[in-house]
Amino acid sequence: MSATEVPTVRSWRDRLRGVPWQQLTPLLGLVLLIVVGSLIHPSFLTPTNIFNVLTRSAFIGIISVGATFVIISGGIDLSVGSMAAFLAGAMILFMNALQGGGIAPVGIVLLGVGLVLVSGLVAGAANGVAITRGRIEAFIVTLGTLGIFRSLVTYLANGGTISLNFELRNVYRPVFYGHFLGVPIPVWVFAAVALIGALVLHRTRFGRYVRAIGSNAEVARYAAIRVERVRTLTYVIQGLCVAIAVVLYVPRLGSASGSTGILWELEAIAAVIIGGTALKGGSGHVWGTVVGAVMLSLIGNVLNLTTAISEYLNGAVQGLIIIGAVFLQRGRQGR
Amino acid sequence: MAAQEVLSGARLSKSFGPIEVVHAVDVDVRPGEVHALVGENGAGKSTLMKMLSGYLAPSSGELRMDGRPVAFRDSNEAEAAGIVLIHQELNLVPHLTVEENIFLGREPHRFGIVDQRATRRATRELLDALKTDVPATRQVRELSVSQAQMVEIAKAVSREVRVLCMDEPTDVLTGRETAVLFDLVRRLVADGVAILYVSHKLEEVKAIADRVTILRDGTKIGTYDVSELTPVEMARRMVGRDLADMYPVKRAPAEDASLALEIEDLSVPGLVTGASLSVRRGEVLGVAGLIGAGRTELFEGVLGLRPATGSVRKDGRLVDWRHPADAKRDKVAYLTEDRKGKGLLLNDPLRENVTLQALELFAKPFVDLRAEQAALENAVDEFDVRVADVGVAAKALSGGNQQKVVLAKMMLTDPDVVILDEPTRGIDVGTKRQIYFYVAELLARGVAVVLISSELPEVLGLSHRVVVMQRGVVTGTLAGDDLDEETIMAYATGLRNDSHVAEWETGGAHVGH
Repeated sequence: MSATEVPTVRSWRDRLRGVPWQQLTPLLGLVLLIVVGSLIHPSFLTPTNIFNVLTRSAFIGIISVGATFVIISGGIDLSVGSMAAFLAGAMILFMNALQGGGIAPVGIVLLGVGLVLVSGLVAGAANGVAITRGRIEAFIVTLGTLGIFRSLVTYLANGGTISLNFELRNVYRPVFYGHFLGVPIPVWVFAAVALIGALVLHRTRFGRYVRAIGSNAEVARYAAIRVERVRTLTYVIQGLCVAIAVVLYVPRLGSASGSTGILWELEAIAAVIIGGTALKGGSGHVWGTVVGAVMLSLIGNVLNLTTAISEYLNGAVQGLIIIGAVFLQRGRQGR
Repeated sequence: MAAQEVLSGARLSKSFGPIEVVHAVDVDVRPGEVHALVGENGAGKSTLMKMLSGYLAPSSGELRMDGRPVAFRDSNEAEAAGIVLIHQELNLVPHLTVEENIFLGREPHRFGIVDQRATRRATRELLDALKTDVPATRQVRELSVSQAQMVEIAKAVSREVRVLCMDEPTDVLTGRETAVLFDLVRRLVADGVAILYVSHKLEEVKAIADRVTILRDGTKIGTYDVSELTPVEMARRMVGRDLADMYPVKRAPAEDASLALEIEDLSVPGLVTGASLSVRRGEVLGVAGLIGAGRTELFEGVLGLRPATGSVRKDGRLVDWRHPADAKRDKVAYLTEDRKGKGLLLNDPLRENVTLQALELFAKPFVDLRAEQAALENAVDEFDVRVADVGVAAKALSGGNQQKVVLAKMMLTDPDVVILDEPTRGIDVGTKRQIYFYVAELLARGVAVVLISSELPEVLGLSHRVVVMQRGVVTGTLAGDDLDEETIMAYATGLRNDSHVAEWETGGAHVGH
């Protein structure tokens, strides 16, 4: 500010000021966690541990990519956890039913995957249509479907557990446990979903419309954007993302029950918010969500590796980080 | 001379960071006068008013009250001294009653309990003294804007106001409400209150003010007795050049110009009844009427923004627009009257705002950011958007520049019928003139223009024909010699009515309402 300041100093400061700190906060949080983790335990930075963390973050991560679209458009989807459980249960029952009918096990798994993807699209579309055509708040609709899906999977499982036929499980297993070029399959899928999600959100008309609607839906409508269609599509994308997560989840345990996917909706929303997306919509980015999802599973990992804090406090630490992230967002907006 | 001034500022300056928005302005207000501050958007009149009323501390210069130097730490101190600013966005609590609002924070009380009787009595005395019929026990959210404004004034008067500062008070008022406000202002002046009055509307300044201070680019051009200047002379001093050519030369549309848009028997339930009108290529059809006459609603119905019945033809072909996207495909565009609520994504960059309505031009299938940037720079050029850095968010622009961005955004869809709804509301004279000349350019390109406006000079200055609406009904279509303010007002207020729509269909305009 003072007149005696040397020009080079100012340009250095300007360059610092030019950095989008606001967007980088989640990344800085991630770096901090990694530093803490590597100080706590020598095996933290080994490829095995890193891939382990990434694989575990894949389910929530993939679902939160979908949630990013929903939340940026100004909506919310509370049903993702129960939807995942229901889709998993339905998929297993469907595949078990086909078993022994003359179709090769690989074919059965492929049919199962197809069924899950289509069902995810339909379930998402049902949420979306009820919200936009039915003009009911997203919170209410998805709170309702949360209950419905949860109850349906419990009903399908008859209160117990639905288990995948043993022979099919062997065929399907590599989808979760396999590697490609040394990297676990779920990590590849997570990366692909995130990349495609980012491309759609940041580089297509649809993505721009999603942000415009979240920013001000009236402005979007007056700009000849078909707001209801775009909104519905965000829930369809969310449903598809849940389905992809289920495709990876079923081979992990080979079973589903009434307690599958419990609280996934909160973790997904948390990942999106930690990643810098505004809960009221309008702005946000997919890579932030990816960082958020990885952070959530890193917290668990770090707590596992240390004895200083009980791993049972995982939820408490996550909660503090979510509140802290939103607090930082507020502070930056100068309120 | 100095002794009679209640409040004065000497060489007041205000800077925000490196930018000086008010530069060494001398101004004073005397008891019993209305002193108007006028200037284009960004001329510094609101900033000056905020310095005088304690909302902003001057960067340099001196404030004096009754001849003694004063410094207000905040607006509360200024109010305690009798200086009250009434904001454009009124500052009332919607869910409290009129009397609760007036005495908010200093309720008459006995033994620690609010004395409702005393409150009511004091409120009634106040409102009676102001000769307004605002119901004291009604919640503020149920009041009209003008009534709410009366409450603000009552609140100010109850604090023994000596200087009342009003920022664009008539922007949201109808003609009749403005007259009521002016009566009130005159009564306050007669009681010795000094009034500082910021306005865009020079005709009003002429009508109500005693003296006027004209600002341009943060400096004072001069303080004049209002009787010395005509509104045109004020405008000329505001913009620093002659405004005799405020409106472009009117050229009649070509003899064989085809009908671009025909609306027949259009109704919007509860708001518009059986409206019919048409506009030709190269023609401006003015749509006049009082606020609430259903003008905006009529065209929102046409464009599929609200449910409507009736028939609409574009270039002779019957169309059925269920959504603005349908109208866009048929090259019809609408410029909203609500720039901030429906026209701009205020927090988003200009680039995304400009291309929003025609994004398909830039997405093949991925949005080409460079082409978008080029389109923005083009628009900044073509529409003369004045902004230091095109990377800013839309909210950083002044009203006039925002309006240019909204215009540019609409024009990217390449429409051949444009419906402009209050296109110059709340923007300065210079920008208004630019918009008028842009309309002339559109006409030369064969575009048909519908101009919805509450400013009669603008309607008369641009329109070839004018339809007038009253209570949801088109009461007249005027052209040629009939185009004058008195005739339009006669149709707008219902004194004259050529409508074939029967009274009983209009929802009982005269029947026991």
